[in-house]
Amino acid sequence: MTTDHDNDRRDFLRCMAWAGTGALFAVSGGLSTSIGLDEAIAAPLKRAPIAPFSFVQLSDSHIGFNKPANPDARATFREAIAKVKALPNQPDFIIHTGDVTQLSRDDEFDDAQQMLKDTGLPVFWVPGEHDMLDPEGGKAFLARFGKGTKGSGWYSFDHRGVHFIALVNVADLKPGGMGNLGAEQLKWLKADLAGRTSSTPIVVFAHIPLWTIYAEWGWGTDDSAAALKLLARFGSVTVLNGHIHQITQKVEGKIAFHTARSTAFPQPAPGTAPSPGPLKVPAEKLHSMLGITDALFVRGHDRIALIDSTLTA
Amino acid sequence: MTRGFKMLSFQAAALVASALMMLTVSEMTRAAPPAAAVSIDNFTFKAPVVTVKAGTTVTWTNGDDIPHTVVAKDGAFKSKVLDTGDRFAFTFAKPGSFGYFCSLHPHMTGTIIVKA
Repeated sequence: MTTDHDNDRRDFLRCMAWAGTGALFAVSGGLSTSIGLDEAIAAPLKRAPIAPFSFVQLSDSHIGFNKPANPDARATFREAIAKVKALPNQPDFIIHTGDVTQLSRDDEFDDAQQMLKDTGLPVFWVPGEHDMLDPEGGKAFLARFGKGTKGSGWYSFDHRGVHFIALVNVADLKPGGMGNLGAEQLKWLKADLAGRTSSTPIVVFAHIPLWTIYAEWGWGTDDSAAALKLLARFGSVTVLNGHIHQITQKVEGKIAFHTARSTAFPQPAPGTAPSPGPLKVPAEKLHSMLGITDALFVRGHDRIALIDSTLTA
Repeated sequence: MTRGFKMLSFQAAALVASALMMLTVSEMTRAAPPAAAVSIDNFTFKAPVVTVKAGTTVTWTNGDDIPHTVVAKDGAFKSKVLDTGDRFAFTFAKPGSFGYFCSLHPHMTGTIIVKA
């Protein structure tokens, strides 16, 4: 039997690679790549008990950045928000995966917050290292966005049967290390997951990638293995990060990892430059290297479908 | 008369003495404490290991388009956030080996070795 819902889903699958078997979909600059599409279409259709929903990931807005790589990071953030508002299916909420600001200044936080208010959507935040630069090392971020959070700003919430976990891996970083979650947060995570059934879909978001992308540039989290171990028993885990200002993705077991583009400036691909940092590209190319990530969730399927789109019209 | 001469010579001596003192002070100023510089470029402290004499003031300058910090591993010194072009200086009074890092990008590390 084919219901309208199933038809919808088939149409959906036709234009995107479904992640039913642990694949991800990405559109970059109009080009699409698909993984496991045939396999996904062949998968038995299940009646979804809950209507599909989506949320949007914004990352690395660096409000206040005004260097040659992007003389006005406020303007490109505004464009990213316009892009969200123009989405045909409006998301239920937005997550911001950190580096909201360039220097943790009040006016930078203010502007980011005001610009996002324009969407009328709830926003869930985690800090990046650029949001920890006030004299008290993150108090400014917490005062603004940290209500109801634990420690340096971690928390979790549920939305339509999906459990969302916001982690902080930019606090109290150790010399010579990379990102760091710390014992207290890992203990909290263990307790947070303890009572949940393994069939609960999980979305984890944090600023620095929770898998090592490039250790030489610090692009990883020292104690992420401990967190991933706690998540291993769950059937569907999606990890969303920022920090590196470019898309990378991989699937390991039942965990799908994805990093988002920045809305401010690109960074070089790992190892292709002497160091990370703002990558100056020709002005006409900048918008094709900035973007947003739209995440669609259909209950009954293993994984979220992620659609990356750039700021080019 | 004799007495007056003596007074005069005393005054002259005092003048010479104070002039000498001034000279000494100016000599001391000229021989300012030694200084060293560490630049921060491409997410690297250059040079990562710097050896200086005790009393040396080391100045770090951030040349990157991204902010950095200079933080002693043992907490002995800690800069504010250094935006592009900002500087931080610290005087190393005692001999020893002082490891430091950038608290934003902790893979960036350096050491100041201070000799007596």
